[in-house]
Amino acid sequence: MDTEICWHGRGGQGVVTANEILAETAIYAGKYVKAFPEFGPERMGAPIRAFARISEEPIRVHTQVYEPDIVIVIDPSLIGKVDVAKGLKKGGFILANYPGTPEELQKAIGTTAKCYAVDATKISTEEIGRPMANTSMLGALVKVRPIISYGELEDHITTKFTGKLSDKMIVKNLSALKRAYEEVQ
Amino acid sequence: MTMPKKHSDLAINGDNAVALAWKQIDPDVCAAYPITPQTIIVEKFAEYIADGEVTTEFVCVESEHSALTLCTTSCSAGARTFTATASQGLAYMWEMLPITSSMRVPVIMAVANRAVSGPININNDHGDVMSARDCGWLTLFSENVQQAYDMSIIAPRIAEHPDVQLPCLVNLDGFILTHAIERMTPIDTQIVKKFVGEFKPMHPLLDVKHPVSHNLMDGPLFYFPHKYQMVQAMNNALKVAKDVFKEFAEISGREYHLVEEYMCEDAESIAIVLGSSFGTMKEAVDQLRREGMKVGVAMPRVFRPWPIEDLAKLMKGKKSVIVMDRHLSVGAYGPMFPEVCAAALENKDVPKMYNFIYGLGGADTMVSDFMSVFKDVKDGRATRINYLGVKQ
Repeated sequence: MDTEICWHGRGGQGVVTANEILAETAIYAGKYVKAFPEFGPERMGAPIRAFARISEEPIRVHTQVYEPDIVIVIDPSLIGKVDVAKGLKKGGFILANYPGTPEELQKAIGTTAKCYAVDATKISTEEIGRPMANTSMLGALVKVRPIISYGELEDHITTKFTGKLSDKMIVKNLSALKRAYEEVQ
Repeated sequence: MTMPKKHSDLAINGDNAVALAWKQIDPDVCAAYPITPQTIIVEKFAEYIADGEVTTEFVCVESEHSALTLCTTSCSAGARTFTATASQGLAYMWEMLPITSSMRVPVIMAVANRAVSGPININNDHGDVMSARDCGWLTLFSENVQQAYDMSIIAPRIAEHPDVQLPCLVNLDGFILTHAIERMTPIDTQIVKKFVGEFKPMHPLLDVKHPVSHNLMDGPLFYFPHKYQMVQAMNNALKVAKDVFKEFAEISGREYHLVEEYMCEDAESIAIVLGSSFGTMKEAVDQLRREGMKVGVAMPRVFRPWPIEDLAKLMKGKKSVIVMDRHLSVGAYGPMFPEVCAAALENKDVPKMYNFIYGLGGADTMVSDFMSVFKDVKDGRATRINYLGVKQ
């Protein structure tokens, strides 16, 4: 059975990169994936979405994701403005970058669906030095739904960014990943 | 801790997959002008050149018209030459397209299919390549990232064959494939190189011992016969493509056909579609089969030459045939519809023929949309020509 994921964020927040990291890690772990951003011109600050379909079998469907199993919200300012719960499958959940409790998040979204909250803005500001919540969200995701293992994710982030980011910056991102993994509720 | 990879497959998007095939082939010359959603191909390939991973000479040009002019002349000089474009870029090349093919030079061009303006739109449909369909280029379609890579390796073998000698368009759906990460099995570079082989130009301009002229003026006496020679080359390409597909299966384990079929054999109603929608429609077919509907779907892998005999065979005995066109000849039909109808006339009994125009300018067509197409035909709601999802 496919797992379908829909990311919500804003242009410039690393939504596409986070989706890419997830897709690549899952593929290298032996799964099949179709991962892509919402098609269209990207503008810094504008709400954007990205999609991933992850399966044990080859994937044939090429359309956007309309009924996600998992919704991930990178930017808390979208909550209440964008209908992030739209289309969420029965039994699915929302994972959001949110400073409150899961109950408060449910109320803010206006949903009865299962919600997980992690203050990824705070974590990334403290660990990376700027509010870049994307790697933190991945850490939180594999805690609440281990589609891929934490180790596989850590390993792929290291490989992907070696030579592109400084070793120091990679370590900072991994710290954010770990803290979000531990702090998500 | 380092986790060993469980396989040698890649996580790669369609554009990068094409660039990887090009890198493995290592063509002599490349000239291209950036245009979304093709840009990544040439950006990535330029990286390979800058890193010294290929020996290709990259020529910067100021437009697509110049790109194809350069590619045409470079190929006629005797160099294996690749380019890529999309949408307005292909439109801007249009003047050169029939010149490249009539000069019989096997230039390879990747097309990241995108709607043609206007209104201006950067998303996927087949308006660009369909506007090039009468220009004498071989035309291949891919369903997914793997196939965009495979077709990029296969294309030069068909195009450069002595019985063919025609340029080739390799199509991949803009964004849907170009910008989507999928799992792909690459082929070892040495195997790719051996499969594609050395470029052996037939009458290169730079062969000074055998001086020739290319692209001279043809009076009425020669113009038509020269066009007819291209017809013969296209006919030859059907056999060549089949042979190359067989050889490719031996190195890759992936078998391709002039017309790809899914659940067509016992189907009463079949759809014919191009590109990534073939995959999405397979899912629609599976769901309808579970509801008891005998349906199937097919894709002409090779669009030029038009595989009329294979299509006729496919349609034999079917109750209805649905042609899905991701382009529209405004005021007539979708471009593939009359061609499928012509193929249907090869049989004694002609099925009921329906045309559905869908997905123009990137309109996302879901599995449920494709299912509704088969149901509309079965329940008598469909007309000769239908515009899927547009309020009429």
